[in-house]
Amino acid sequence: MFLETKGLTKRFGGNTAVNNVDFTVEQGKINAIIGPNGAGKSTFFNLISGFHPPTSGQVIFKGQDVTKMPANKIAELGVARTFQTTNLFEQSTVLDNVIVGHRLRTKSTLFDAIFRTGRLKTEEAICREKAMEVIEFTGLMHVMGKQVGSLSQEEKKRTAFALALATDPEIVFLDEPAAGINPDETEGLAELIKQIAKKGITVCLIEHKMKMIMKLADKIMVLNYGEKIAEGTPEQIQNNPTVIKAYLGGSAIA
Amino acid sequence: MAKILKQRNIISLLILIAIVFPFLTKNEYFIHVMTLSFIWMIGVYGLNLLAGYTGYLSLAHAGFFAIGAYSLGILTVKAEMNFWLAFLLSLLITGILGFLIGLIALRTKEHFFAIYTLCVGYIIYLVIDKWDSLTEGVRGLIGIPAPGKAGPINFEEPLSQYYLVLFFLLVTVLIVYRIIHSLSGRTYIAIRNSEDLALTIGISTMKNKLSVFVLSTIFAGLSGALYASFIRFIGPDIGQISVTFDLLTYLLVGGIGTLSGPIVGTVLIVWLSQELQFLQDYRMLIFGPVLTLLVIFYPRGIVGALTGWKHKRDEKRKPQAARASSMAFGKSQVTVDKPVKEG
Ligand SMILES: Nc1ncnc2c1ncn2[C@@H]1O[C@H](COP(=O)(O)OP(=O)(O)OP(=O)(O)O)[C@@H](O)[C@H]1O
Ligand SMILES: [Mg+2]
Repeated sequence: MFLETKGLTKRFGGNTAVNNVDFTVEQGKINAIIGPNGAGKSTFFNLISGFHPPTSGQVIFKGQDVTKMPANKIAELGVARTFQTTNLFEQSTVLDNVIVGHRLRTKSTLFDAIFRTGRLKTEEAICREKAMEVIEFTGLMHVMGKQVGSLSQEEKKRTAFALALATDPEIVFLDEPAAGINPDETEGLAELIKQIAKKGITVCLIEHKMKMIMKLADKIMVLNYGEKIAEGTPEQIQNNPTVIKAYLGGSAIA
Repeated sequence: MAKILKQRNIISLLILIAIVFPFLTKNEYFIHVMTLSFIWMIGVYGLNLLAGYTGYLSLAHAGFFAIGAYSLGILTVKAEMNFWLAFLLSLLITGILGFLIGLIALRTKEHFFAIYTLCVGYIIYLVIDKWDSLTEGVRGLIGIPAPGKAGPINFEEPLSQYYLVLFFLLVTVLIVYRIIHSLSGRTYIAIRNSEDLALTIGISTMKNKLSVFVLSTIFAGLSGALYASFIRFIGPDIGQISVTFDLLTYLLVGGIGTLSGPIVGTVLIVWLSQELQFLQDYRMLIFGPVLTLLVIFYPRGIVGALTGWKHKRDEKRKPQAARASSMAFGKSQVTVDKPVKEG
C-alpha cells in the first residue's frame, strides 16, 4: 500500500469534519476527491500532510505510520501539497520561491553559510538546477524573475505546483488547482497534472470542476459531511445513486 | 548583477570612509562617538538578523547585550581572567543563555514573542540589578580592563580601540552578508514570509529559528563585551528596555531587513543625538513623531526607501527586452530588502 488512511477522523468542537475515512491512494495514478462544499476535503488533506492532528485514525505512508509526524517531516518523506487559497511567498520572485522549495533536500547549516563551504556552493547550485527544472516543467520561464504577488491567478497556481515539485515529492496533494481560472487555462493545468503523473509522481487532487475530474482521474473518492459515500472509477461514480443524490439530482455531474 | 555590484560598491566605500575617518578628524571625541556607534551597530545587526530577516521581533536584546558586558566585566575584574579568554567566554555564555531562552521564547509567535521577550529582558535587568554579590548591583562594575595586547598592538589607545571595534563590525557585516546570501538566509526569509508554508516545504522551522536566535544573541553579547571594555564601567542600566528601544530605533530608521540599514540608522541617530544634545530629553519630542511617520510611510527605513526608488527608476528605464535578460538564470539573487511582518 502506497498511502493509506484508516478510520481517519477529525472533530472541530462538535463538528465532525472528517468521519472515519478509509482511503487508499493508488501509486502512480491520478486520484481525486470530490464532494460538496464543507464536505471535509481540505481537512482530509490537512490531516494527511500533518497540518492538523487527527482526532483518531491513522495515516500510513509506504508502510510507515506518519499520523503524529510534524508537517516538515512528512514533506521530507516525499509528500508535497498545494493549498486551496494559493499560499506562496508573495513578496519573493518565482525563482526565489522555488529555490527554497528544494531546501529540505540540502544539509548546509549556518556554519556552511558563514564559511562559504564547498558543500554550500554545491547545494546552492543543486537548488538552482532543481528550480530551473521545475520552472521549465511548469511553463513559468517567462515570469521567473517576477514577484509572485504580481502574477495572474493561473501563474500563481503553476508556481504553487512548481514549489511542490521542487521538494522532490513522490506524491502531490493538489487542493482545487483549477479554482478561479478560465476554461482554457483549466485545460492547460489538466495537461500539466497529467505530465506530473507521467513523471511517476502520484497525484491526489480535490476539484469541483467535474468535467476536468472525470477526464483526468483514474480513481475518485466522494466525501459528504465528512464521510466517504463512494469510491471508484469515474464511470462508477457518475452512475452511483448515492452520489447523484448528494449532488442534488446529479445535474452537477457529467 | 548590477545590484550586487552596487551593493558591494557602497559597502566598500563605507569601509574606506571608516578606515580613514580618524585621519580626517583630530577630534578625539568624534572618534569616541564613532567607536561607540560601531559597537551599537553590531548589536543592531544581531537584532536585524532575527527581527528583519526571520520575522521575530525580540525585545530582550538589551538583556543579551548586558549579559555579554557583565560576563566580560565579572570574568576580568572579579575572576581576574585573561582578557581575550574572558572575551571568548562571554560570547559563549551569552550564546548558551540565548539557546536556553530561545528554546522557550520561540514557542510563541508574533506579538506574543515580542511580549515574552520583553519580559525576559526585564528579568535579565532585574537579576543584574539585584544580584549584588555577583554584579555589584547598582554600584556597577568598575575598572574593566581594555582589551589585552594582541601581539604588538596595544588597545589602551583610543585609535587602536577604534580599529579593533571596526574590525569586529566588519566581521559581523561579512557574516550577516554571507548568511543572507546563502541557503540558510533563504530559509529564514521563507520563515519570515510564511511560517506555515515553510513547514509545508519541509523546513524545520524550530531548528532554524533557534540557530538565528542564538547567533543574534551572540552578536548582542559581542556588542556588550566590546562596550564594557571600551567604557570600562558598566551598571545595570545598560540592560534596560530603553537600550533595546534604542537598538530598534537605529534598525527601523536605517531599514529593518536590509543589509546596510543598521549602519545608516545608527550613524544617523547617534550623530543627531549628539547635535541635539542641548535639547536634552526633549529631543525625544522630535524623534518620536519622526520615527512614527517613518515607520508608516517607509516601513523599510531609509535604505528600504532608497532601494525602492532606485528599483522603480530602473524598471522605468529598462526596455522590456533588457528586463527579461536581466532575469536570466544565475543572475537573480535573493531579494533581501523586503518588508517584514512585524516591526
Ligand atoms: N480549522 C478549522 N477549525 C474549525 N472548523 C474547521 C476548520 N477547518 C475546517 N473546518 C470545518 O470543517 C468542515 C469541512 O471543511 P473543509 O474546508 O475541509 O471542506 P471542503 O470540503 O474543503 O470544502 P470546500 O469545497 O468549500 O473547500 C467545515 O464545516 C468547516 O467549517
Ligand atoms: Mg476545501
